[in-house]
Amino acid sequence: MSRVAECFARLKTEGRKALIPYVTAGDCQPGVTVPLMHAMVAAGADIIELGVPFSDPMADGPVIQQACERALAHGVSLHDVLEMVATFREKDDETPVVLMGYLNPIEVMGYVPFAQAACDAGVDGVLTVDLPPEEGVEVVKIFKEAELDPIFLLSPTTTAERIGKVCASASGFVYYVSLKGVTGAANLDVAAVAAKLDEIRGLTDLPVGVGFGIRDAETAAQVAGVADAVVVGSAVVNRIAANVAQPDRIAPEIAALLSDMRRAMDA
Amino acid sequence: MSKLIDSLPDENGHFGVYGGRFVAETLMEALEELQSVYDKMKNDAEFQAEFDADLAHYVGRPSPLYFARRWTDILGGARVYLKREDLNHTGAHKINNTIGQALLAKRMGKTRIIAETGAGQHGVASATVAARLGLECVVYMGADDVKRQALNVYRMRLLGATVVPVESGSRTLKDALNEAMRDWVTNIDNTFYIIGTVAGPHPYPAMVRDFQCVIGREARRQIQQAEGRLPDALVACVGGGSNAIGLFYPFLDDEGVALYGVEGGGDGPETDRHAAPLCSGRPGVLHGNRTYLMEDDNGQIIETHSISAGLDYPGVGPEHAWLKDIGRANYVAVTDAEALQAFHDLTRFEGIMPALESSHALAHGAKLAASMDKDNVIIVNLSGRGDKDIHTVAGLEGIKV
Repeated sequence: MSRVAECFARLKTEGRKALIPYVTAGDCQPGVTVPLMHAMVAAGADIIELGVPFSDPMADGPVIQQACERALAHGVSLHDVLEMVATFREKDDETPVVLMGYLNPIEVMGYVPFAQAACDAGVDGVLTVDLPPEEGVEVVKIFKEAELDPIFLLSPTTTAERIGKVCASASGFVYYVSLKGVTGAANLDVAAVAAKLDEIRGLTDLPVGVGFGIRDAETAAQVAGVADAVVVGSAVVNRIAANVAQPDRIAPEIAALLSDMRRAMDA
Repeated sequence: MSKLIDSLPDENGHFGVYGGRFVAETLMEALEELQSVYDKMKNDAEFQAEFDADLAHYVGRPSPLYFARRWTDILGGARVYLKREDLNHTGAHKINNTIGQALLAKRMGKTRIIAETGAGQHGVASATVAARLGLECVVYMGADDVKRQALNVYRMRLLGATVVPVESGSRTLKDALNEAMRDWVTNIDNTFYIIGTVAGPHPYPAMVRDFQCVIGREARRQIQQAEGRLPDALVACVGGGSNAIGLFYPFLDDEGVALYGVEGGGDGPETDRHAAPLCSGRPGVLHGNRTYLMEDDNGQIIETHSISAGLDYPGVGPEHAWLKDIGRANYVAVTDAEALQAFHDLTRFEGIMPALESSHALAHGAKLAASMDKDNVIIVNLSGRGDKDIHTVAGLEGIKV
C-alpha cells in the first residue's frame, strides 16, 4: 500500500480528515522549504503538497504565480525539488509528499528518468495540472510502475462520464477543485461542494480532497465535514509572501495557521 | 508523398506527437463542447455561407495577389507576388479567424469574448467583431506590448474593449495567453475565448487553420490566373503561425511548391535573444499543446526577443512542428535588422508599408527571390500593414513622432 493510501486508511480508522498544505518548493528561498515541511507536519499536516515552480503557471492565481517567480529567481529546478524531498525523508519516512506542478519540467527530464528519481527521493504522488488522463495514458503507466500515485483534478464542470474516466486513471486520492477559477479565488460554496462530492463518491472509492478557496479554520472545518481531505494553498503561501524579509517567521506563522485548522477540523 | 490535406489532426487533436489537449480539468468540458459545435458548423452550409458573406462584405475579400514588379526587378531573380492581407478590414489576416470564431460564439450563446494579443492585431480584430455583434470584449496584452503598440491599444479601447495589461512573467504575448486562460477558467459559463493563432488546446489549432485557409485557397486560384501555374515557393512569417498555415495548407499536397516559415531571429538565432523555437528550440508542452518551445534545461519557458511583438512568442503552432519534422516545410529565422531593412525596402520600392511581422517574411522572400531564376515565381504573405509599427521604427531611428 502506498504512503498516501496508508495515510487515508489510518485517518479513516481514526475518524479524521486529512489536512494537506501546499507550498511552492524553494519559496521564498531554497533553505526555507525542508524545515517548513517538518514544521507543517508537527502542526498537524497529514500530506504535503510540494509545488514544482514553473514559469507559466496557467491555472494559478497571483499568490502562487508570485511564489513560482520567487523560487525561480533562485533557480529552483525539478532536480532541486527532488533533492528537497530526499532531505525531508532523512527525518520523516511517514508523511506522504505529493508533487504538484505543470507537465513541461517533467517532460524535459523524461518520464522514465523522472519517475525513477522521484521514487528514489521518496515522492509518493504526482499531480500535473495540465495533464488530463486522455493525454496521460503512457505517463500514468510509468508513474504507477514506479509506485507513484497519479493524482488528478475534478472540477465543477466535470461530467459524470469524465469523473469515471479520470478516477480510473487516478490512485491515492482525487482532488476536487471547489470552484471555477484559479488558485486563491474566494467564496467557497460548501453546499454545492457537498452535492458534487456525492456524485463523485457514487463513481469512485478513492478518497476525495477538496481545494481552492479554503482560507481559515472555519472554511477548513466546513470542508472537512464533507470531504476526505482539505487542501490549503494560497492561504499558506500568503504567509511566505508576507515574510520574505524575515524568513524566520514563515514556519511559525504557517504552523499556527495549520494548528488552528487542525483543531477546527478535529473538533 | 501521401495526401496531407485533411489527414491531420487525428480525433484527439494530434499532429504526429504534437498538438493535443494539455489543460486543467475545468477547461476539458468547454473544449469538448467547442469541438462538437465546431464539427457541426464545419459542414453546415448556412454557417459557411454566413462566414463567406462576412469575409466578402465586411473584411473585403478576396484580398489581391499583387505582382511586385519594381521590387522583383531590383532583386533580379524570381517574380515576387504579395498576398495582400494588409488590405483586409483592420489591417491584417487576423480578422479572418475572429469572424469565424465570433460566429461560433454567437451560435453557442456566449455573451462575452476574451482574447490575448501580442502586436495588437488580433486584439483589434477581436474587439472589432465584438463591437459588431454587441458582445463584451476583454483583451489581455503583455504590459511591455501595451507600451510598444500604443496605437492598437487605443484602437481597441475606441472599439469598446477593455484592455488588461499583464504584468506577470515576461510581460509579453505568452503571459497574455496565461492570463486569458485564467479568465476563461473563471468565467467559462458565459465566455468564449478567441485564440488568435494556430496554437492552444485542440480544437483551436485546426479550427483557426480552417478559418485562415481562405488565404491559401485564394492565392492558389489567383496565381494560376496570373501565371498559369503554381508558384515555386511560399513564404510567410511564423509567430504562432496562423498566417503561414493559412497560406501553406491548400498547397500541402503540391510537392513542387516549397514552403518557408520565417521566425523572429531577434539578434540572431545563434544568440540567446530571439523568438525562433522551430530553428533552435525543442519539443515541450505549453499553452495546451505539445510543440517546439524556447525553454531551458529545466523545462522553464525562456523569455524571447523580437523587434516584432507578434512574433515574440516562445512556442509555435503544433502543425508547424509536424511539418518541420516530416520535412514538408522549411523554417528559417530573420534578424531584427534584416526585417527592418525589408520594411524600408518595400515601403520605398513598392509604396507598401508592411507590418514588422510580415517584414520578416519579406526579408527571407528577398533572399530567396534573388537566389532563383527569372522564370521562378514566389508568393510572400503580406500578413499585415505597418501603421501600428511606425512608432517602433521611428524610435529605433531616434525620431520622435
